[in-house]
Amino acid sequence: MIINQFLVLAALLFSVGIYGVLVRRNAVLVLLSIELMLMAVNINLVAFGSLLQDALRGGHIFALFVITVSAAEVGIGLAIVILVFRNRSSANVDELDLMKW
Amino acid sequence: MSFGEWVSQSENVLFLLVSLVMLMASVWVVVTRNLVHAALMLALALAGSAGLFLMLGAEFVAWTVVLVYIGAVVVLFLFGLMITRAPLGRDPVPVSHSRSWPAALVAVAVFATITVATTSSFGWGEDTVIEEGISRTGALGDLLFNRFVIPFEAVSFLLLAALIGGIVLARKDPKE
Repeated sequence: MIINQFLVLAALLFSVGIYGVLVRRNAVLVLLSIELMLMAVNINLVAFGSLLQDALRGGHIFALFVITVSAAEVGIGLAIVILVFRNRSSANVDELDLMKW
Repeated sequence: MSFGEWVSQSENVLFLLVSLVMLMASVWVVVTRNLVHAALMLALALAGSAGLFLMLGAEFVAWTVVLVYIGAVVVLFLFGLMITRAPLGRDPVPVSHSRSWPAALVAVAVFATITVATTSSFGWGEDTVIEEGISRTGALGDLLFNRFVIPFEAVSFLLLAALIGGIVLARKDPKE
């Protein structure tokens, strides 16, 4: 295994996630696309961690931190989406322009 | 290393299969109009990434992905979709086609930039081989509770804050 195959795969998944964030208007699907991007970042981190194999295992440890933070992000994000859906009965991010000046 | 040489190693064939499944699943996530299908396809893509982590020898990260992502996050998405009486089945918000071409352009540009930047930092045409090596769960735990104990505590505090925030946001106000 060479490092470039993991880098190219992660870049592909990341750009698919970016496409999803830009195109989808449903807030839940935007959150799912963000998860895709975080997954791509994790692949890069673990690949570099296995390539370097340093004493601190930096890549693997940081991948664990990214997983934790994204779990927190999904919890809060989904709570916000549920709240918005309850108040406005729509999850379209284009209609959430209350705070737009 | 030519492509034939590369593909003759059995682990690379496995990588090719897993990455194709992951790519198809992630494309499905962003194009499908069915929210439940999108969440299930995300679970498939995450399972593929856990398989890649196992190939790279990061066993603890792989099983954390399975537990946290597939076991918790995707289930949380499905619960969120079903509890809120959100329109299941078809997504009522249509994809605007005037937006999809610029978005595809941005995605391709991002892909090209990231690929060139990351692969060229290892030299064009050079193959940086990943050595076999397993990062043992015990060693990882040792590091996590010695060297990285302060980030670990910070992240656990963040999780606590997210837990309380989620409860506060999602519960009904008793005064109403």
